[in-house]
Amino acid sequence: MADEVILLDFWPSPFGVRARIALREKGVEFEYREENLRDKSPLLLQMNPVHKKIPVLIHNGKPVCESMNVVQYIDEVWSDKKNPLLPSDSYQRAQARFWVDFIDTKVYEPADKIWSTKGEVQEKAKKEYIEALKILESELGNKPYFGGDNFGFIDIAMTGYYMWFEASEKCGNFSIEPECPTLMASAKRCLQRDSVVNSVPDPEKIVEFAFKIRKIYCV
Amino acid sequence: MGKENEKVVLLDFWASPYAMRTKIALREKGVEFETQQEDLWNKSELLLKSNPVHKKVPVLIHGGKPVSESLVQVQYIDETWTDAASFLPSDPQARANARFWADFAEKTISFEGGRKIWGNNKGEEQEKGKKVFLDSLKVLEAELGDKPYFGGETFGYVDIALVPFYSWFYSLEKCGDFSVEAECPKIVAWGKRCVERDSVAASLPESEIVYQQVLKLRQIFGVE
Repeated sequence: MADEVILLDFWPSPFGVRARIALREKGVEFEYREENLRDKSPLLLQMNPVHKKIPVLIHNGKPVCESMNVVQYIDEVWSDKKNPLLPSDSYQRAQARFWVDFIDTKVYEPADKIWSTKGEVQEKAKKEYIEALKILESELGNKPYFGGDNFGFIDIAMTGYYMWFEASEKCGNFSIEPECPTLMASAKRCLQRDSVVNSVPDPEKIVEFAFKIRKIYCV
Repeated sequence: MGKENEKVVLLDFWASPYAMRTKIALREKGVEFETQQEDLWNKSELLLKSNPVHKKVPVLIHGGKPVSESLVQVQYIDETWTDAASFLPSDPQARANARFWADFAEKTISFEGGRKIWGNNKGEEQEKGKKVFLDSLKVLEAELGDKPYFGGETFGYVDIALVPFYSWFYSLEKCGDFSVEAECPKIVAWGKRCVERDSVAASLPESEIVYQQVLKLRQIFGVE
């Protein structure tokens, strides 16, 4: 029986893009379905009743929710294909999971505030965001990717934020490269990968989207 | 020397529900380990060096190498000591489901969430805290259903993630003037079932002793 793989997603989502990248890294054919987050489909509400959020991977009718959970699932199911996304050593896997947890708390919270706030709150968020990126840069060291020579779990998690760098910089009126040059170099490397190029929207469109929602949320 | 036989040290705080997860996991696998109690107001050099990013307990140090974040540690323990039964099912869909619910428990039933109840006097803030706590616990109870454990017949990952907070229920009830059992009877029954396991009984402090600690914290934070 052929696999049926559907991804419920939203084009600018830094979380949705992780699932797209993972599927393409593994060469998995899938049907992409765009959700309107202000008018969620019955399928989304049925498949993710707890959070009602994208991305949701529906594999042969069964849902998997939470972006990094989806990435791990893809890695486990399509494990015969090339490109393991997680290291095989349990200590390295623990390090990968630790850093993804760091990204989804310490980068996520200030990143979210940069486009949605202004003034003092935004200044504080910018500071925290750069601090978190510097910690990540120190972890990256001289490696081309967080995964070492290979693009992997942490890189996939970060690519969602890399694709939002320009929008964050424009909303916050600051520049990331002078603060984190080696992280930026790794970001550019990630953004050039085939799986990423095919998954990430045009940065101009993300900037446009960011300003649009900023008008709504930033009062 | 096999990795499994290298020394295991846990930087611990007896009342931390996060550290309890790791201790349960180690005991479930029959791993010998040492604990080093930390004074959270005067953290050791080893803690600051081993977890420089968060400076928090628990930290699992295996063969000198540190692992931080309790759920990361539980997964590490599961993947390193593979002779004993796994905490996660073998089917990828079921594994993803277990990770989802552990993540939900992690986000909704927390020390900070509990603090909104025990760290406030009776009033609006406390009521808000109670509502958020109970709403989340009810979602978890619905997921548990009539199963003995979250994973079904066997104690596993989601149970390990959530059960430490069972030792904090009494404190929340006393400070918040409510009954968890009245609101979530299946969760309380599940908690009692889990505490019958050696690994859980050895890792969870007595509820009354946790309460004494909470009273101390209320004093320190100037709640009374």
